[in-house]
Amino acid sequence: MTQMSVRIGRLTLANPVMPASGTFAEGMGGVFDLNRLGALVTKTITAELRAGNPLPRVAEVQGGMLNAIGIPSKGVAYFLSHTLPHYSRCRAPLVVSISAPTAEGFAAIAAAVSVAGVAAIEANISCPNIEEDGRAFAQRAGATEAVIRQICAATPLPVWAKLSPNVGDIAEIARAAESAGAEAVVVANTILAMSIDLATFRPRLGNTMGGLSGPAIKPIVLRQVYQTARAVRIPVIGCGGISSAEDAAEYMIAGATAVQVGTASFLKSDTMTDIIDGLDRFCTQHGLARVAELTGAIRLEADHAETAEMETVT
Amino acid sequence: MNITSPASCAGAFRPHVAEEVSLVLHNATVNGEYRHLVVQTSALAAQARAGQFFQLLCPAPPGEAPFFRRPMSVYGTDITANTVSFLYKVAGVGTRGLATLRPGDALPLLGPLGQGFVLDPAWRHVVAIGRGAGLATLGPLAVAAEAAGIGMTAILSARTPELVMSEDLFRRHGAKVIAVTDSDGSSDPAHLRRLLCMMIADDRCDALFTCGSQRVLRLMQRLAREFDLPGQVALEQQMACGLGMCFCCVRDFNVGGEIVHKRVCWDGPVFDLQEAVA
Repeated sequence: MTQMSVRIGRLTLANPVMPASGTFAEGMGGVFDLNRLGALVTKTITAELRAGNPLPRVAEVQGGMLNAIGIPSKGVAYFLSHTLPHYSRCRAPLVVSISAPTAEGFAAIAAAVSVAGVAAIEANISCPNIEEDGRAFAQRAGATEAVIRQICAATPLPVWAKLSPNVGDIAEIARAAESAGAEAVVVANTILAMSIDLATFRPRLGNTMGGLSGPAIKPIVLRQVYQTARAVRIPVIGCGGISSAEDAAEYMIAGATAVQVGTASFLKSDTMTDIIDGLDRFCTQHGLARVAELTGAIRLEADHAETAEMETVT
Repeated sequence: MNITSPASCAGAFRPHVAEEVSLVLHNATVNGEYRHLVVQTSALAAQARAGQFFQLLCPAPPGEAPFFRRPMSVYGTDITANTVSFLYKVAGVGTRGLATLRPGDALPLLGPLGQGFVLDPAWRHVVAIGRGAGLATLGPLAVAAEAAGIGMTAILSARTPELVMSEDLFRRHGAKVIAVTDSDGSSDPAHLRRLLCMMIADDRCDALFTCGSQRVLRLMQRLAREFDLPGQVALEQQMACGLGMCFCCVRDFNVGGEIVHKRVCWDGPVFDLQEAVA
């Protein structure tokens, strides 16, 4: 039996597997025991009521899906009166994903959801910032630092920053989040993408553009996790196309402390428990007593030479 | 439909939705357009009720690759043999993949899902009108009505007489069957309205059910309002998760004069007749 727990800042998770925001809700609790998960992550909630984007909101592409759901939200009051009590008996810590169009708005909703039963806040800063001409907070180090600093000042809870992969230098953004007080960074959200229907010449999403997720993006986000993990001291939570224990192990070896699983749950709803069991076996096969030993265990050129030498000696 | 979902993690865990790999027992054509698929499942999956659906992970047909699972309404169940059956039309990449399945093949699925039809024991006779794939969805309603001691008239609508499906299923379960077709004009809303009015006048219509036709839905909504009758409609929508998580399958519904979004996979696929926006 592998020791499966991992530490994310002040939180200790029973294992490193949790859902990606937007791909988890109470319906999953009918399929498998949610207490098996390392954490529960809610769909992003906003202070304002949001209807969401026009249909179609999803489209399938090779090796993945596009989505432009548009963060439909029933607001904070509904979250506090309905969603939160629903999970009150779960042992797995509840992470609440929040979003707002301004840094002040982020701080206000962070304060509003800082109640008993919430273990951490995941700031979805990949959404457009109306104060920066609609650019996502996570596209600029300065905006990232400012918004995370305001959120951290507004809540006693650990704050995780969910970064956008749609940037040139994700390590720089991650360092900004770290210096502002984030206890972890989630790398990453979906990759901005689109698709066109050749029969109608129309975009296949009602919103024209949307986010690509699924196996198609795994090598790209894996690279970003690797780059981020080398740049910050806080834990990196890998998220992008993870469908199997092997994918999760790859992310952890690249530097992730934990992983989030999203799109894969749409193809097999208990994928996350498969991954937890598979990670345990993977560690056993590799003689690792603790799953946390995988984090950053990547062997690079220099290590290769060393290993080769050691093998020659023994 | 009233949605109540028990709190997560309350008490010992018992799944109420099966994520499993079913075994194909039968997959053959019914007529020029539709195929009948029967799979061996767990007891949990076979408990699916009329109007509920499954998410099927369709195999890839040659040269194509469906990514999402495909929602498919339940056509029949056998809780003794633990089987579930589906009636489907080969229309896209998912159903083209389904058509390649042979007995002995594996079909991963998730279900039963969603809110099915609800029968009020006070009803004595109900009327269902189905068209196309909607007949598949209404088939198990005849079984449920028979079990509840409720009579049923099933009006089966199709383009041509050859495409009228499931007559035997409805008859076997005690339903009175009326086939209507485009080819002889009997599927026309004006004719359907006359049929329904006759049944209402004969006191043989305590509730209305439909699936598969917007035209029929609108007709039923008008009649149900005129005669103050309850009704239910099963709706379709593109889906991704099937469990109410992703919010891609929302549609507009009229709830007390206010237009709201509801998730077809979670709040439905069976909805109150008057709430549907036709």
